[in-house]
Amino acid sequence: MTRKTRRLWLVIACVACLGTAAALVLRAFSSDIVFFVTPSQVASSPPPKDRTVKLGGMVVAGSVHRERRGETPVATFDVTDGQAAVSVHYEGILPDLFREGQSVVAIGTANSAHDFTASEVLAKHDETYMPKEVAEALKKSGKWDPRFGPPPSAASWNSMTVQDARKDLAAPAQPQSQPASPAPTGSAP
Amino acid sequence: MLSPELGHYALALACVLAAVQGILPLIGAHRRDPRLMALAPGLAIGQLIGLVTAFACLIHAAVTDDFSVQNVAANSAVAKPLLYKITGVWGNHEGSILLWALILGLCGAAVAAFGRNLPSALRARVIAVLGLVATGFELFCLTTSDPFARVWPAPMDGQGMNPLLQDPGLAFHPPILYTGYVGFAVPFAFAIAALIEGRVDAAWGRWVRPWAVAAWCFLTCGIAMGSWWSYYVLGWGGYWFWDPVENASLIPWLTGTALIHSAIVVEKREALKIWTVLLAIGTFSFSLSGTFLVRSGILNSVHAFANDPARGVFILGLLGLVIGGSLALFAYRAPSLTAGGLFAPVSREGALVLNNILLCSLCAVVLTGTMYPPFMSLLFDRTISVGKPFFDATTIPLALPLFIFMGFGPMLPWKRAQLWPVLNRLWLAAGLTVVATLVAIRQLSGVLPVLCAALAVWVIVSSATDIATRIQLFRGPVAASLHRLRGLPRAIIGTAIAHTGVGITVLGLAGMSQAQHRIVEVPIGSTQSLAGYEWTLTDVHSEPGPNYTAMVATIEIRRNGHVVTVLHPSKRSFNMQNQTTTDVAIHTNLLSDLYGVLGDSHGTDGHMTYVLRLHYNPLAPWMWLGALVMAFGGALSLSDRRVRVGAPRRATSPSTQGIAS
Repeated sequence: MTRKTRRLWLVIACVACLGTAAALVLRAFSSDIVFFVTPSQVASSPPPKDRTVKLGGMVVAGSVHRERRGETPVATFDVTDGQAAVSVHYEGILPDLFREGQSVVAIGTANSAHDFTASEVLAKHDETYMPKEVAEALKKSGKWDPRFGPPPSAASWNSMTVQDARKDLAAPAQPQSQPASPAPTGSAP
Repeated sequence: MLSPELGHYALALACVLAAVQGILPLIGAHRRDPRLMALAPGLAIGQLIGLVTAFACLIHAAVTDDFSVQNVAANSAVAKPLLYKITGVWGNHEGSILLWALILGLCGAAVAAFGRNLPSALRARVIAVLGLVATGFELFCLTTSDPFARVWPAPMDGQGMNPLLQDPGLAFHPPILYTGYVGFAVPFAFAIAALIEGRVDAAWGRWVRPWAVAAWCFLTCGIAMGSWWSYYVLGWGGYWFWDPVENASLIPWLTGTALIHSAIVVEKREALKIWTVLLAIGTFSFSLSGTFLVRSGILNSVHAFANDPARGVFILGLLGLVIGGSLALFAYRAPSLTAGGLFAPVSREGALVLNNILLCSLCAVVLTGTMYPPFMSLLFDRTISVGKPFFDATTIPLALPLFIFMGFGPMLPWKRAQLWPVLNRLWLAAGLTVVATLVAIRQLSGVLPVLCAALAVWVIVSSATDIATRIQLFRGPVAASLHRLRGLPRAIIGTAIAHTGVGITVLGLAGMSQAQHRIVEVPIGSTQSLAGYEWTLTDVHSEPGPNYTAMVATIEIRRNGHVVTVLHPSKRSFNMQNQTTTDVAIHTNLLSDLYGVLGDSHGTDGHMTYVLRLHYNPLAPWMWLGALVMAFGGALSLSDRRVRVGAPRRATSPSTQGIAS
């Protein structure tokens, strides 16, 4: 065994392993990545029904309904980014930090432009912190800009979201003064 | 007295001592000046004394409720139990940086104390590199995140700590995890010292390996504790979220595992030298970026960066300096390291190389999955997330071959091996693996869980076979075998135990893939069945706690009519933070966990219904038990005679070979 043949073996092993790793990663990228979408993106171009996405926004105050189907608890609530609202169905326990008028992230699939089934609901934040994606989405929708201070308090969101989102549910989203970048992330492969 | 000012002064003093420790011994080693080199141990111990004083002052401030210290006011409260007042010191940014620096100081002092048999130039350089790293982080602590900053006027009471963090598991998780992260600074310093010296040999491998193994043991325990905490505190029924903070600890663990294996090859055969040096640099670099980049949220969120630009810029600069500097030194000096011994592809060396390649591929995959979302959002302004499906699909197929080779790798002879005699010894292990596969096919659903379980059995049984062959069990009297077992190097027993630990963990993971759960909303008295158990909600009542009120449920679990256990999951409302936490109830019989969570209550008096989440988690405790076994194996190999007694001697010239047997 010379140094050269050993090096050849090493190179073969490395290429085989890293090649496999790269192939696995690429395959997983095409199927297992979860895109973040805002309610207005779902409303304008709903992602394919078999595609898991993360929907983030604020829970519309007064929109939360809890009921019981058999022994399974079912929660329904509206999520808005101030431009459009999507109603979310969720079977399970809402997290401790889930509040009306506060930010939420729902993971699941969109059935239509206004209907979403969540398999998981996340509200991992305290009274001041907002999930990064939701903050980004709010910034894009022009509801809040971090340059002009902290995010509006939950109380003011309550009134904002109730009026705006109810209006939006009735009439589809109107472009606002500071329009969101309309990239339909949800439908990308 | 232990006033905050004294602490601040001690921290500044430690920083200055660290700077001197980083410069003078290096000059001394360069000029071969024994007086300058001899300064290193004293300076390292002086730095440690300064850091211990600073840390004691901060603990003192927290215990005595000195709310004029901003850090204490923001994170503590009078009503907090004493234990959490102490542990809360490292439960926040400033305190955890100080803890980090303290552990780094401890590492430097440990090298000074235990490194008496090192050549003086190497010891001086190692301690100096540790001093340079420490200087950077103590400066960071002093200039941007001062834990002793005062606030005026001092508030009457502190703001308290996040109730989720009031937990003994989380209290001790950070120090252990940090010891693991920071412990890899020592192999890093050895690597840098070797690059400066331009020499890596078997003795170097023998010196560096115990430090790497010790750090690895702590990191293993730290990761397991974190996972266990998220399992029993967060109450979501899972154990690993694949979120960036968790991955940040997994990545250095993977490269660290590769490092402790490749260092064996350096020690025994003087091969893979350059690669081992690179792994030592890489592991510490990943530890650093893991703790600081991900935890401070620089990459994850632009906000954390914008909130305190000074902090972000400082830490980025520091990371760039440490990582970039060491890699530049590596590029400059590595070619001067001489290549080592030859070996055939089928040999112990070959198996260890394969282990390294597979572990590094795994690391690359985890790194890609972790870094892809932040890069997508930075470069293309797209928010995506990568979760369990991605990591399952990419890591498991790469881990399976690792388990296969783990079985017979340790049995291969050095230099050149025949595969057949080794495999011939493993027919019993192979037979048991086939049996395990058949059992797994009956018990588990899914291809990957079955494969994982079968290979886990393979790893465990072949590790046992390795030891049994070495002590010639069943080939003679048992007493003779036991005598041989006592004579066997502890490193070999440690290897077998650590590999068994991996097998146990993988069995646990395979079992957990079969976890069942149900979410129900039921009135009191109703019975649910899950996984062959009947779960009855018998009572819900409220109970006052020290700084919360709790709603406690009673769930009776029966199997075939016999009461197995009674669970008391609860939901706590903390008035001060206006926050609720769920308190999970877990009953374990070591083969499976019965896990109950109480959710919201609905309805009015008399017609109340409660949401319950019931989990049946087979083999769940094995995941953490296996990690403990791994760490125990590592610790056992640290007690090996060669580490304790044998002061390795360096060969007189680099070309001399065969120092280690």
